[in-house]
Amino acid sequence: MRPARPLSKVATQSSATKMADKRCTVAEVIGKLESGMTLGIGGWGSRRKPMALVKALAESSVTDLTVVSFAGPDLGLLCAAGKVRKAVYGFVSLDSIPLEPFFRRARQRGEIQVREWDEGMMVLGLEAASRRLPFTPTRAGLGSSVIALNPDLKTVTSPYEDGEALLAVPALPLDAALLHVHRADVGGNGQILSPDPFFDELFARAAQQVFLSTERLIDTADFPTEGSVDRILIPRMQVTGVVEVPGGAGFTECLPDYPRDESAQAAYAAAVGAEDPLAAALASLS
Amino acid sequence: MTATAEERCLWALAQLFADDGEILASPMGPEPQKAARLCRRFLNPDLMLSDGVAHLIDGAGAIEGPMNYARVFETLWNGKRHVLMGASQLDRFGNQNISCIGPHPQPKVQLLGVRGAPGNTMNHRTSYWVPKHSTRVFVDTVDVVSGVGTNHAEALGPANRRFFDLYRVVTNLGVLDFGGPQKSLRLVQIQGETDLAFVHEQTGFELVVSDQLAVMPDPPAEILHWLRREA
Repeated sequence: MRPARPLSKVATQSSATKMADKRCTVAEVIGKLESGMTLGIGGWGSRRKPMALVKALAESSVTDLTVVSFAGPDLGLLCAAGKVRKAVYGFVSLDSIPLEPFFRRARQRGEIQVREWDEGMMVLGLEAASRRLPFTPTRAGLGSSVIALNPDLKTVTSPYEDGEALLAVPALPLDAALLHVHRADVGGNGQILSPDPFFDELFARAAQQVFLSTERLIDTADFPTEGSVDRILIPRMQVTGVVEVPGGAGFTECLPDYPRDESAQAAYAAAVGAEDPLAAALASLS
Repeated sequence: MTATAEERCLWALAQLFADDGEILASPMGPEPQKAARLCRRFLNPDLMLSDGVAHLIDGAGAIEGPMNYARVFETLWNGKRHVLMGASQLDRFGNQNISCIGPHPQPKVQLLGVRGAPGNTMNHRTSYWVPKHSTRVFVDTVDVVSGVGTNHAEALGPANRRFFDLYRVVTNLGVLDFGGPQKSLRLVQIQGETDLAFVHEQTGFELVVSDQLAVMPDPPAEILHWLRREA
């Protein structure tokens, strides 16, 4: 795992001929996360979510998180565990089960703060953070309740002759991002093989620290035999640590490696009605 | 061969994309998806459709390009798209809610979230499909404006609303456009077996009815055959 600050030149000289080895354990990843952080989670809905990392986080002492996600059971499980101070989302869904039970429960009990945005605004906020800009202009959100529900949102007037007042979507910088990729090397290059790579790349560039779980660690030279090299979408320069966790997406879809485990997801959704909902939800992921 | 009410709805939904030319149709849910395929097959062969995963699929089933979520957003901001969404609530100006029921800080019922509805409505043509026309859906005031209605678009002014294009609402009871006063909903077609009084009863606001109210037509026999053949 790459240290928070670069090692001195003297310290790295002996291994200067090899790229950094960022392999680590799930526990080491969770050890890098702190209460109060803003955390981005990759994937989309109930697809390619880093559920092994999220489960470990739910079982840790880290709390008071702001979670930024195209959300599914990742946000739901963290809500169930009482880890969420604020959720930043456009939707929360389990796909084949449209509504996320634990997120619903937390919302209906008024347990979490929210920044509910148009889902395109989420992309634009992450893009602004990725490009180190304060905002991205758009018309998305104007005229809708997104404006009234998020009083921090401001407009910006075009400096050109059109003079249009546009919504300035603020950057969504992340303290850390958790991503699950199909293949990775020890340096942290991550290869995504699913038909839709979602916005994992963007999460990686918007975050100070990026932790990958991967179905399989491979030699860098083996990327071409696993899939297109154009799908090595996460470059190691963005990555802090990488941990091999086969099945690390839990019951969420991780095609082409495995489809969603609908029966495990149904058990997770039913857990909200269990005597100990958190324990039952965690059990659906083990 | 007489069409069922459901088949007339599919035919009405298919008409929505008939004049769209070469754009991406984004039908949400099984009936809209079937209607969009019907439209491409019989009404608008130029229509582009996604497989719902990450690719554009042509009428013969061949992949004709990528359409992952990143491309969906770029396409919608670019405007060459017509979305056909559902609605948990819809008011007379076509404000749509899919976010939650009750006060947003602690809702009575949490739904999906606003999703892409705010951006969709501000950027390109938008229609709605309401499979069960009722006072639960057609309300006086929506709890959250997810999809922007005509009144809010008007209030934004001409620059912001340049690409706003709220088009039609199809329900199990009829077809509505925005030809009512102040661009409000207006019933323009009604299911043949439905009594107009019943539509009023199932609408939670005073429904404007076109003075040229028509009966929803049956699809032509050829299309009815196709509908019954297609799963």
